[in-house]
Amino acid sequence: MLNVEKLRVVFYTYRGVIKALNGVKLWLNEEERLAVVGETGCGKSVTALAIMRLIEPPGEIVEGKVEFLGQDLLKLPEEEMERIRGKSVSMIFQEPISALNPVFKVGFQIAEAIAHSQNIPIKDAYQFVPEALTMVGLDWKRTMNLYAHELSGGMAQRVMIAMALAVKPKLLIADEPTSALDVTIQAQILELLDNLVRAGRNAVIFITHDLAVASEFCDRVAVMYAGNVVEVASSEEVFAQPLHPYTMGLIDSIPLVGQRKELKGIPGVVPDLVDPPSGCRFHPRCQKAFDKCKVELPDLIEVSKDHFVACHLYAAGDRDGSAAQS
Amino acid sequence: MKLATFIAKRLFLMLLVLFGVSVLVFVISKVIPADPVGAILGGNAPVELVEDLRRRLGLDKPLINQFFDYMSGLVKGDLGKSLKTNRPVVKDIAEFFPATLELAISATLFSIVLGILLGIFSAVYRNRFIDHFSRVFSILGVSMPVFWTGLLLLLLFYFRLGWLPGGGRLSLFTTPPTKYTGLLVLDSLLSWNMEALKDALAHLVLPTIVLGYSSTASIARITRASMLDVLRQDFIRTAKAKGIGRRLVIYRHALRNALIPIVTIIGLTFGGLLEGAVLTETIFSWPGLGRYIVNALLVLDYPAIMGGTLFVAVIYSLVNLVVDIIYAVLDPRMRI
Amino acid sequence: MDSTQVEKSTISRWKPVIEDWKHTFYLWRRTKLAMVGTFIVAGFLLMALLAPLLAPYDPIKVDLVNRLKPPSKQFLFGTDQFGRDILSRVLYGARVEVWIIFLVTVISGTIGTAIGIVAGYFGGWIDEILMRITDIFLAFPRLILAMALSAVLGRGLTNAIIAISLVEWTVIARLARAEAMRVKSQPFIEAAKAVGASDLRILVLHVLPMCVSPVLVQLTMRMGTIILTAAGLGFLGLGAQPPTPEWGAIVSDGRSYLINHWWISTFPGLFIAVVVLGFNLLGDGIRDILDPRLRR
Repeated sequence: MLNVEKLRVVFYTYRGVIKALNGVKLWLNEEERLAVVGETGCGKSVTALAIMRLIEPPGEIVEGKVEFLGQDLLKLPEEEMERIRGKSVSMIFQEPISALNPVFKVGFQIAEAIAHSQNIPIKDAYQFVPEALTMVGLDWKRTMNLYAHELSGGMAQRVMIAMALAVKPKLLIADEPTSALDVTIQAQILELLDNLVRAGRNAVIFITHDLAVASEFCDRVAVMYAGNVVEVASSEEVFAQPLHPYTMGLIDSIPLVGQRKELKGIPGVVPDLVDPPSGCRFHPRCQKAFDKCKVELPDLIEVSKDHFVACHLYAAGDRDGSAAQS
Repeated sequence: MKLATFIAKRLFLMLLVLFGVSVLVFVISKVIPADPVGAILGGNAPVELVEDLRRRLGLDKPLINQFFDYMSGLVKGDLGKSLKTNRPVVKDIAEFFPATLELAISATLFSIVLGILLGIFSAVYRNRFIDHFSRVFSILGVSMPVFWTGLLLLLLFYFRLGWLPGGGRLSLFTTPPTKYTGLLVLDSLLSWNMEALKDALAHLVLPTIVLGYSSTASIARITRASMLDVLRQDFIRTAKAKGIGRRLVIYRHALRNALIPIVTIIGLTFGGLLEGAVLTETIFSWPGLGRYIVNALLVLDYPAIMGGTLFVAVIYSLVNLVVDIIYAVLDPRMRI
Repeated sequence: MDSTQVEKSTISRWKPVIEDWKHTFYLWRRTKLAMVGTFIVAGFLLMALLAPLLAPYDPIKVDLVNRLKPPSKQFLFGTDQFGRDILSRVLYGARVEVWIIFLVTVISGTIGTAIGIVAGYFGGWIDEILMRITDIFLAFPRLILAMALSAVLGRGLTNAIIAISLVEWTVIARLARAEAMRVKSQPFIEAAKAVGASDLRILVLHVLPMCVSPVLVQLTMRMGTIILTAAGLGFLGLGAQPPTPEWGAIVSDGRSYLINHWWISTFPGLFIAVVVLGFNLLGDGIRDILDPRLRR
């Protein structure tokens, strides 16, 4: 359903050109849930915005293909893209209260979304708002007339979810929807999303820095580092058999309850994207790096069934990295 | 709190301030070094006449009594009598204020429409030609003195090119419309006097542009800044993600939020308009309140000066109150 | 490990201050408009300073032989109805303007800061009363109040300066109050009180220094407006009296001769516009430099 290839996005700033996305490759099937994980600054949100073609100056999509339901979104004229946004693809964001317009009532904003997706006047769309709010577990009579600043974080995110799912999108992009919420509320929201998405049969791209949440909620996980997707596999595989050195480092650094070992981090720092490392961008921090890594950016290739890695240690079909080290 | 309570509170505060304003005006008028009686009668008047006038004007009573007389007069709407025209100052104001009002409304409308449009285009087409043009235009607008721009435009469009009339509200040969409101444009419409309408509008053009220029500049600047600020916010991203289209995002989502500081500036620029009106009216011989006060100043007609000043302060306070209320209506977060 | 620790402790404690200033200077240079503004203001100050040296003629002396001459090599800006060289008058007028700005800034800055920090620091009913008084002054459009005060105090430059100052202080007072309120809640104030410092001491030694910087910035940004108000008063005949060459007054002089002798009003007005522009650009630049979001 969704196929992203060779996506490159840059940002022009006075400090220099930030090469944010360096040839991202992603794909998603109908009703599937893909998690995109990585540290802050690795390009997860930029990827999501690029898919929605919401990258504004000083950013620019310089290369790539975003195939969605048969069309290349990057080649569409803006009016057609507007018909896709808020209708076939919806997005929810990290800070729900500030994502809502402070001067309009919540009911209006939901009605607006529904009105756009069904091409009806907002007046008429109001009749669908109670259903949308009840769907997310809110008292519609009260909530409809509230303003954004009168909501709690959890309530606001429910409103966002209502707004995003009421239009029955084929794809929902969730950009760190729970990162700004309390842990208990997080669990509630995730459960709500789980139920709704299952019932609505939406595909989901779930962006998060939390591997645990990613594996719980999603079928597949894509790991990103400094503008590239470095590993894609099912949730279980990623934890059981991480192949990319970065993924291994990430998983190692998760503290386990009851564990009494020293906390392990990944040595080094996230690279400066104005002047990124050549070749594989992880090579300065990689214990297993060798000459080829400094020169050539590795492709994302299928190393075993449905398990993809972008690392010179592995060749197609070769699981243990033996072929490359010769 | 609810809107009604907010309005009541602000109204009360305004009345309090206006009381203070009248006290201040009273104090100022008593500080006058010159003797008002001497100003009326001249230096060589016989003593009995001087004493008589002094008694009649109530100037021989102790200060406190004078104050109470003054305040009770104010409440009744009595601002004293003009030394020059010998009419009650309130009557003078009633005659001259509509001209200023018409000019102020015209300039305000002009600057709001032009200023906001320029500001929006400037923000949306950031760093392109329209933005640079608008910013240069704006910064010149707040830097150039009103009286200078007025004189230059007068020189160009009246003296050299003859396109527009040079002063006053109507040409000598036009029949004025029946006086309903004192606002010539309105009156001409109401009495269906097309010739007067055209003439009045022609006379309004130059003073409006001159008076409105610096307000336009201020409004354009703040609109640009405010829009840029708002366009950066998260909820704009949400609105775009809903796919509702650029124009709606700007004019429905962004502008409503951006208007909030803009409205405050509009209120502030109105004060600037009142000042500018004084200078503009002088240049274009516009028979308004500003020119009235200036003329009163030149002959030291103190009741007129003080009355006029007080009136202006009241109008200004009312405008600020309205601005505050609009602000609260626009931004539900402000209703504290 | 040890050697680097020792190195770190010997870095001069002035380094961060110097780095900050260098960064400020860098930002200033990058904002071309702010630089233009600075040069204009510098030029203006130089003009005022060097007027006696630069002016080709006496600005006050009447010379009827040369009256109403258009701009020429002899009289760069032409002459007025008394034969006085406009260029010389404009140059000397710069002195008047500088004098006005200086006095108004000092007076309004002092009164405004004093009232502002008292209101902000003490709060409560002192604050309420002072703020109401400020509101009362703010209820008048600046020029109108200055006009009324000039009428009462009499015409003349000094009275015009007083009038403008009495209007400007309110702006400074508001700012100083906000700063004082911000500073008041800082722990070091509480500490000072705990040690037994009197309120006056705290106000002068602790609160005041924190307010100086934003007040100075605001004063600079207001200078353009002050010039416009002063020129407006001068135009109306309420400022400097003839023959003192105040720019607004010269523009007014030229009004009756506008049709055929446009130079009398045009040049002083042009200078007003340019100088105010300079101050506005400078003010914008300062504001941009101080804006933490842009400061990177």
